[in-house]
Amino acid sequence: MSGNGHGYGEQAGEAAPELAQEAAPTTAPSVPAAFGLFSSDTKKNEDLKQMLESSKDSAKLDAMKRIVGMIAKGKNASELFPAVVKNVASKNIEIKKLVYVYLMRYAEEQQDLALLSISTFQRALKDPNQLIRASALRVLSSIRVPIIVPIMMLAIKEASSDLSPYVRKNAAHAIQKLYSLDPEQKEMLIEVIEKLLKDRSTLVAGSVVMAFEEVCPDRIDLIHKNYRKLCNLLVDVEEWGQVVIIHMLTRYARTQFISPWKTDDDIVEEHSENNFYESDEEQKEKDRNVKKTYTMDPDHRLLLRNTKPLLQSRNAAVVMAVAQLYWHLAPKSEAGIVSKSLVRLLRSNREVQYIVLQNIATMSIQRKGMFEPYLKSFYVRSTDPTMIKTLKLEILTNLANEANISTLLREFQTYVKSQDKQFAAATIQAIGRCATNITEVTDTCLNGLVCLLSNRDETVVAESVVVIKKLLQTQPAHHGEIIKHMAKLLDNITVPVARASILWLIGEYCERVPKIAPDVLRKTAKSFTNEDDLVKLQILSLGAKLYLTNSKQTKLLTQYVLNLGKYDQSYDIRDRTRFIRQLIVPNEKSGALSKYAKKIFLAQKPAPLLESPFKDRDHFQLGTLSHTLNSRATGYLELSDWPDVAPDPAVRNVEVAESAKEWTAILGKTKKEKPTEKFYSESEEEEDESASTSATESESGSESEKEDKEEGSSDESSASSSSSEESSDSESDSKESIAKKASGAVKESNAEEIKRKAKGISKTRNTSSSSDTASSSSEESSSDSKSVSDSRSDSDSGKSRSATSSKKEEKTAQDRKTASKQDVFLLDLDDFHPVTTPVAVPTAAVLSPSLTADLEGLSLSGSSVIDVTTQVFVPTKTHEMLHRMTGKGLSAHYHFSRQPDMFGDHMVSVQVTVTNTTDQKIENIHIGEAKLPLGMRIHEFNPIECLEPGGSATVSMGIDFCDSTQTASFQLCTKDDHFNVNIQPPVGELLLPVTMSEKDFKKEQACLSALYLLSNPRDADRNE
Amino acid sequence: MIHSLFLINAAGDIFLEKHWKSAVSRSVCDYFFEAQERASEAENVPPVIATPHHCLLSVYRHKIFFVAVIQSEVPPLFVIEFLHRVVDTFQDYFGVCSEVMIKDNVVVVYEVLEEMLDNGFPLATESNILKELIKPPTILRTVVNTITGSTNVGDQLPTGQLSVVPWRRTGVKYTNNEAYFDVIEEIDAIIDKSGSTITAEIQGVIDACVKLTGMPDLTLSFMNPRLLDDVSFHPCVRFKRWESERILSFIPPDGNFRLLSYHVSAQNLVAIPVYVKHNISFRDSSSLGRFEITVGPKQTMGKTIEGVMVTSQMPKGVLNMSLTPSQGTHIFDPVTKLLSWDVGKINPQKLPSLKGSMNLQAGTSKPDENPTINLQFKIQQLAISGLKVNRLDMYGEKYKPFKGIKYMTKAGKFQVRT
Repeated sequence: MSGNGHGYGEQAGEAAPELAQEAAPTTAPSVPAAFGLFSSDTKKNEDLKQMLESSKDSAKLDAMKRIVGMIAKGKNASELFPAVVKNVASKNIEIKKLVYVYLMRYAEEQQDLALLSISTFQRALKDPNQLIRASALRVLSSIRVPIIVPIMMLAIKEASSDLSPYVRKNAAHAIQKLYSLDPEQKEMLIEVIEKLLKDRSTLVAGSVVMAFEEVCPDRIDLIHKNYRKLCNLLVDVEEWGQVVIIHMLTRYARTQFISPWKTDDDIVEEHSENNFYESDEEQKEKDRNVKKTYTMDPDHRLLLRNTKPLLQSRNAAVVMAVAQLYWHLAPKSEAGIVSKSLVRLLRSNREVQYIVLQNIATMSIQRKGMFEPYLKSFYVRSTDPTMIKTLKLEILTNLANEANISTLLREFQTYVKSQDKQFAAATIQAIGRCATNITEVTDTCLNGLVCLLSNRDETVVAESVVVIKKLLQTQPAHHGEIIKHMAKLLDNITVPVARASILWLIGEYCERVPKIAPDVLRKTAKSFTNEDDLVKLQILSLGAKLYLTNSKQTKLLTQYVLNLGKYDQSYDIRDRTRFIRQLIVPNEKSGALSKYAKKIFLAQKPAPLLESPFKDRDHFQLGTLSHTLNSRATGYLELSDWPDVAPDPAVRNVEVAESAKEWTAILGKTKKEKPTEKFYSESEEEEDESASTSATESESGSESEKEDKEEGSSDESSASSSSSEESSDSESDSKESIAKKASGAVKESNAEEIKRKAKGISKTRNTSSSSDTASSSSEESSSDSKSVSDSRSDSDSGKSRSATSSKKEEKTAQDRKTASKQDVFLLDLDDFHPVTTPVAVPTAAVLSPSLTADLEGLSLSGSSVIDVTTQVFVPTKTHEMLHRMTGKGLSAHYHFSRQPDMFGDHMVSVQVTVTNTTDQKIENIHIGEAKLPLGMRIHEFNPIECLEPGGSATVSMGIDFCDSTQTASFQLCTKDDHFNVNIQPPVGELLLPVTMSEKDFKKEQACLSALYLLSNPRDADRNE
Repeated sequence: MIHSLFLINAAGDIFLEKHWKSAVSRSVCDYFFEAQERASEAENVPPVIATPHHCLLSVYRHKIFFVAVIQSEVPPLFVIEFLHRVVDTFQDYFGVCSEVMIKDNVVVVYEVLEEMLDNGFPLATESNILKELIKPPTILRTVVNTITGSTNVGDQLPTGQLSVVPWRRTGVKYTNNEAYFDVIEEIDAIIDKSGSTITAEIQGVIDACVKLTGMPDLTLSFMNPRLLDDVSFHPCVRFKRWESERILSFIPPDGNFRLLSYHVSAQNLVAIPVYVKHNISFRDSSSLGRFEITVGPKQTMGKTIEGVMVTSQMPKGVLNMSLTPSQGTHIFDPVTKLLSWDVGKINPQKLPSLKGSMNLQAGTSKPDENPTINLQFKIQQLAISGLKVNRLDMYGEKYKPFKGIKYMTKAGKFQVRT
């Protein structure tokens, strides 16, 4: 402490004179003011100072707590700065934290004194405790003192390569702070951002994308290489990061992919036009040949697929972000899936409802169909706040169509009677809009509105009049009666807008009510002086129109009104009077215009359009602040239009990383090796095929989500996400990798694993015996090996491209895709799970000889732990259990899910999919009597209560095959029938995949020597 | 992102402010007060208010406005969701979230807010992580701290922050290992005048209280998962497992959390467990109106309906009401015109009713609309959708936990139009 004291003393000595000059003006005004008004406050501060200088921590802590209380209340505590800043190096962590809080608040105002604390932070930046490092960086970057910019820059750079992802996350936050403090550092900061974007920790991803958005949102080129990684990590990123990443990716996708919508429209057009213009057929045909059929970029599909599960998030912001992504990016046929989730959000708080409803309102204008099924969810409750009510009403109006209008109008009738008059008025507007949009109900609506004219509430009547006026204007032909009725109302209505509307109507259609119109003018002329300006203007124009059509009766009246107007207080009215008089009353001065007076006044006026107030909002990206405000907020980033031609998709291929280079040589050799025998149930080849077909299918962009599911769980799961779940985790990463041959990949990742183990980097690994958590903790390592496979992918695709360079670009892309799909199963090697209990089953674990060679150079710890890897991938290959013909309409398929069975260690888990192909319900599907060989056991699935016609259900059961390939036969029973079925496992399905070091392998192998019959050890490509 | 946060009480006083970037003057709140004045009720204050240089996003909970100041483009739901999370955290820390509580614990509040946001971007919002960083104040801990000089502030990075299960801390230990799950369903309905259902849906949640040692891995399966139409999960639930097997598989957070919220598919007809017979009439000539309500059970599956509460916002013209309930107590507030009748249990043999007359303001015409009746009730041991939990299994730990499951049905937004 004393050492510190000296250090400070020196600095303070230097700073003091400056302080006196510079700081004085800023603090000076506050001090006297405080003196005058809060003299007791300053006294209090005196004792706070004393407490801060005391030697006891408890006194200091007390003082700090009181100071924080002052800050919280917004009282000025800046004069305590010198006393507080001394405690920045306190040993007591709570005091320290509170001093940090204080510093962040006041450092900006007391820059010179704040410098005293810098050295403490610099020291803390090197602390072994990551929390302390991180918080030091946080505070250092939060004190907005321009002088320390270089220090901050240095600290950020250092922290960005810190081992702890938490510190790196804080570094990402610090980037934004530094940028706002000194925008000139932009270039340097972009470098750091570029580096952090490559980071594979889910913790960092959200924050660095945030920094990217703030510092350099236009540098889209930085995203290319990280695009696939971000897509795959997305599910595991914390929820706030997800929102930011999704918004960024939406913008990115709009610049990189071509529109999936155009084709939608074109197809429709073509179909409809084909019917009409058959002669054009040939021309069309040519067009179609010229125009490439639309295929969705696989990366575009990847984004859509990986964001879909997030619709189930509990965080409304995430759901909204995904919804807007689908709205802006998905083919129109797929965007519908978001509506269910958005409707779910309506159950949430008032504020969330407000925002979500606004967005739905915009959506429902363009695509009614999306929300039509949820019409009833938008029914208004009397307890809703007014703003929610009006928004719901808006949506209901947008959704109105011929089919539902009668229900809606009935609902509107209730709303009109609402005690909330503002809402009732809005409802009348809504009825008016429905009436113009749907011609079938125009008359009904008009009649209803006319009934409302006798309502007791004035606002309701006034609103009705205004709406009726608009409606009549659209079809004035046969509504003389209504106009007469309204003329009668004039005596009772006092609301100016309504009166003005009635007068205008009568004037406009005075020829239809020739008897009433002059009378109305007479009445209003009487009350002219007491009317509102708005009404006066309408009286004037009524007079003018009558003068032109019926001058005999109304000449005098009009002149009287014009005289009144001439001396009115309002210049608007005097002006209008003069204008009208010149136009209609013929005299020698009036020019040519008066001849056309009739044309001017009684021209056909176009009917007003009743439009939604949300009509013009769609040019803002949904879910943004700008959309909510309907005006551009600062920092709003425009969503660009789709490009006509997609930029080169190859930019997203990831480059060869340095570390991977050494492996490429070996890769070349091992490539020649081929899997020698079939071990698993044909699944490799099968998978290749199915995967590649599914890949092309997905590219066609037309396949629906359902198809996708049927395609097989592996496809679905591999695509949908890299989640925290053990198995799927790295499976999804496979998309990134394009490694062609398995053996190479295995070697790499295994070696990578072992290296890491030797270094002891994955600390958390041994914390738990649960395989699950272990997998999650190994995440870090798995991500690393990912990088390897990533990089390889690129080299490979490069090769394949050069090979097929003569082919079209598009074709290459497909090739690449197919290649990547083939390797779906190769990548999981990194994701292994340590188990504390040694594996009981002697597994035929085999490592390739080349790997053995590779590993020789590594120093291995003598650990004898055998790691059970989780299933590498789940094959889509299903086996038939029960054909629908033999099963009387009930068909059943099974496949091996290769998941550690939940029913017991020895059970092999089997997934059974039963489908009902009849047109009747099948009830109570369960497993009946089983005929099993000795020792075999079955864990039955839960009976399926009822299966709808055409429906299918997937259940999982466990079978203990006793390590034999004997058939398990049992009965599959329904409510009134039973069928004998068999399951025979291929050998491979009985084995447990493990990873072990070479030494261990040799040891195990030695134990087995008597049994070891395989003359030619299998390639390690299956990682057994 | 989020620049500053102001906490404003019902009286319009700013009683706490916190800035994450440069301090924003509290005068910015004047725009908010303006909007507050314009809106007659607190509920009607718009959540998003634009001002020349900033934008104010607010949430209103526990009679406190949480007003966040924003300077640039940000998804509004992001901020609103975060503010709600702040309120939830306070509630979690102090039991109740009230002005007094916040003022009393201002230091903890400040420390928590500091950890939740960095530079306006959320840093740690999981309550399990926060509680390791800053321990919630308890009387015992305060006493211990004053004696030993230890603090509420943790000096190690919470393990959750770095792990893939950030919601759970390591080293959890309990002597009694228990896991309780409450299936709570709410019926949202609008019933029209004649008693027919206009719209009805069931929304459910499963709230859990899990106190288990170590790192348990739980699976929860349903007898009839097909009922669930739309679901949203706590981040701990493995989505893929649900997709493929309709099983909830998760490593639970420690303590209370909401595991799942769901929506029961719209095809299923919703059983409405109560009916309301009403006869409310205003006569044009006289200043007296008739008022009569009877509540009765319907489709309750043999369970009793409890905690019945009837509220109704009477029209402005009603001056007073003289009513006699057959059971329970009733209050009519002549200022807010709110009638509430606490019924209690419904006895099917003797249906509760509330009868009497209303005094209307003389000279005013009768209201156009009869008041809407809002209903609240509870039914224990019943999930109205028929959802049933099949079994709960635990993996990864050796001990046998105590498992409990409870069902309950409640009225959500249940309205009867008269």
